[in-house]
Amino acid sequence: MTMQPASTEITSRTAAIIQEMKGLEGPLLPILHGIQEEFGHVPKDALPVIAEALNISRAEVHGVVSFYHDYRSHPAGRHVLKLCQAESCQSMGSDAIAAKLKQLLGIGFHETTRDGSVTLEPVYCLGLCACSPAAMLDGEVIGRLNDEKLDEIVAEVRS
Amino acid sequence: MIPRIYIPGDSGALALGAEKVAKAIAGELAERGIEAKIVRNGSRGAYFLEPMVEVATANGRVAYGPVKPSDVKSLFDGGFLTGGHHKRWLGSPDKIPFFAKQTRLTFARCGVTDPLSLESYKKHGGLNGLTNALALTPADIVAQVTESGLRGRGGAGFPTGIKWKTVLDTAGDRKYIVCNADEGDSGTFADRMIMEGDPFVLIEGMTIAGIATGATKGFVYVRSEYPHAVAVMNKAVEVARKAGVLGASVLGSPYAFDMEIRVGAGAYVCGEETALLDSLEGKRGMVRAKPPLPAHKGLFGKPTVINNVISLASVPVIMDKGAAFYKDFGMGRSRGTIPIQIAGNVKYAGLFEAAFGMTLGEIIDDIGGGTATGRPVKAVQVGGPLGAYFPRALFDTPFDYEAFAAKDGLIGHAGIVVFDDTADMLKQARFAMEFCAIESCGKCTPCRIGSTRGVETIDRIVAGIEPEKNLALVTDLCNTMKFGSLCALGGFTPYPVMSSITHFPDDFKPAPVRVAAE
Repeated sequence: MTMQPASTEITSRTAAIIQEMKGLEGPLLPILHGIQEEFGHVPKDALPVIAEALNISRAEVHGVVSFYHDYRSHPAGRHVLKLCQAESCQSMGSDAIAAKLKQLLGIGFHETTRDGSVTLEPVYCLGLCACSPAAMLDGEVIGRLNDEKLDEIVAEVRS
Repeated sequence: MIPRIYIPGDSGALALGAEKVAKAIAGELAERGIEAKIVRNGSRGAYFLEPMVEVATANGRVAYGPVKPSDVKSLFDGGFLTGGHHKRWLGSPDKIPFFAKQTRLTFARCGVTDPLSLESYKKHGGLNGLTNALALTPADIVAQVTESGLRGRGGAGFPTGIKWKTVLDTAGDRKYIVCNADEGDSGTFADRMIMEGDPFVLIEGMTIAGIATGATKGFVYVRSEYPHAVAVMNKAVEVARKAGVLGASVLGSPYAFDMEIRVGAGAYVCGEETALLDSLEGKRGMVRAKPPLPAHKGLFGKPTVINNVISLASVPVIMDKGAAFYKDFGMGRSRGTIPIQIAGNVKYAGLFEAAFGMTLGEIIDDIGGGTATGRPVKAVQVGGPLGAYFPRALFDTPFDYEAFAAKDGLIGHAGIVVFDDTADMLKQARFAMEFCAIESCGKCTPCRIGSTRGVETIDRIVAGIEPEKNLALVTDLCNTMKFGSLCALGGFTPYPVMSSITHFPDDFKPAPVRVAAE
């Protein structure tokens, strides 16, 4: 598993991100995106630093972080696989695809394999509805999922 | 002249292997020592033909598709750089029936031009609308947009010109143009396509909106599920700034307008305009009570135009060709064209821009070619997760805001998801409630609690516990959600649920009966 950075390091790296974004109008979401990009998740120790810099309460920062699906409280696996579960993909058998993938990886949605190789997440629409069922692996899009493509994905995340 | 090869960089095309095709073509060019320019265009929207590669020849563009990396060698052998014949040969893209039947106004350049070349944009009529707008007074621009009959393409269908007029007439030291690119509805991808394929048209539309209403700053709020669109928009804004389209003096005029691209964080409800504004301000994406309208007190409490991507991207053609030209298309109170997105279990999936008025049946059967699985169509969901499921019996409904409302449905963002006869409508109704429960912002009770109770009640029907009583309860609950919710999330979730119950009652019968009926 990824080592958690020490809290002083989190503080200084967070402060640098805040410094860069602070001038934006409504800077909180861009700051949180920056922090997640830096650490792979939004560490708890970053919240008071943000609160202090933006002059809002820690509760408000926590409220925002916990509202949005994207922000993680813990690091994800080395790969992140998002599988679309919305209507268009449902019409093309995404339920069966999800079941098969869960079985192949041995995990459910919102879980990470024990070896830390991959985190599986549901997503509600990737805008690839004309080539359903669709998925996104580490930001790369994959359409018309089938058993063959699932095997390729599993092989890639395990390598 | 060195040959030009167009290989879409659109994420739908990428999902079907366009990147591998591009690599194979680049490799083959290098191996054969041929000099050629590869343009990564957007998609024209026929995803059943993607990756669709085009070459510019002396006789115009010639398309090939769907191209696999393994086809590349034989394409070169067959002389595809001069339009030579090959099993993937499609001929002139304009003559492919799927494109020939369309009326491309908003998407005129999408898939045709180089998305990040302002030269290419101008060559195909880009910036004409903005240039015309700069010669008019703000009030005259607003009058043109109002006259065109353009209505909000995000789903609500509110007249765009009236929204703009309210902002123009509201005093404010600072005003904003906010573009809602939080395209979260399943079955829709028009916003994504235009941002990836013709980003300047959105920039131009927003700039015109700024000039028309006195706003100097714009934000595009793009969902995080669209990383490719975010990347293209950011690059396009840079290009537009350097060229003086954006900045302190728009095209040398006294007007200032600049914009930023902002990324959402995975909350469906932020597609609701007031939740989006809260999110932009750095808050939880909670729905605001109206009034005040965003046009009076919007982003940071300032007068704000908030429009969908397609509404704003349709403005340049209106300002270029005139309100009368645009208004001439369509039917009833639905004027102009609408990019219909045909998706899900359908043979010819893609984006089809047409004047309002085609019937649902024409769209699904004639254009879409029926299901991909070859089985009969059972239901189509129009307008995303909050849209109604229509059976074949309603396929004579014309694509028009009012006609759909009259049949207890909605056009929404014009996405259509097709389901074959294996679909279980009770499961779809349950999903609608479940989705609402996952995505509810939690501010109002009917949406927050109602959706959870809806899932539980439908589960009791599945389990065969007092099915008739529980079905009546779901109906009653839907009524409460429809009239008691603060926004369309709770308010429209009843559409998929009630339409499933109304049009597909057999799917809601207790399990033993359902088995016996099959």
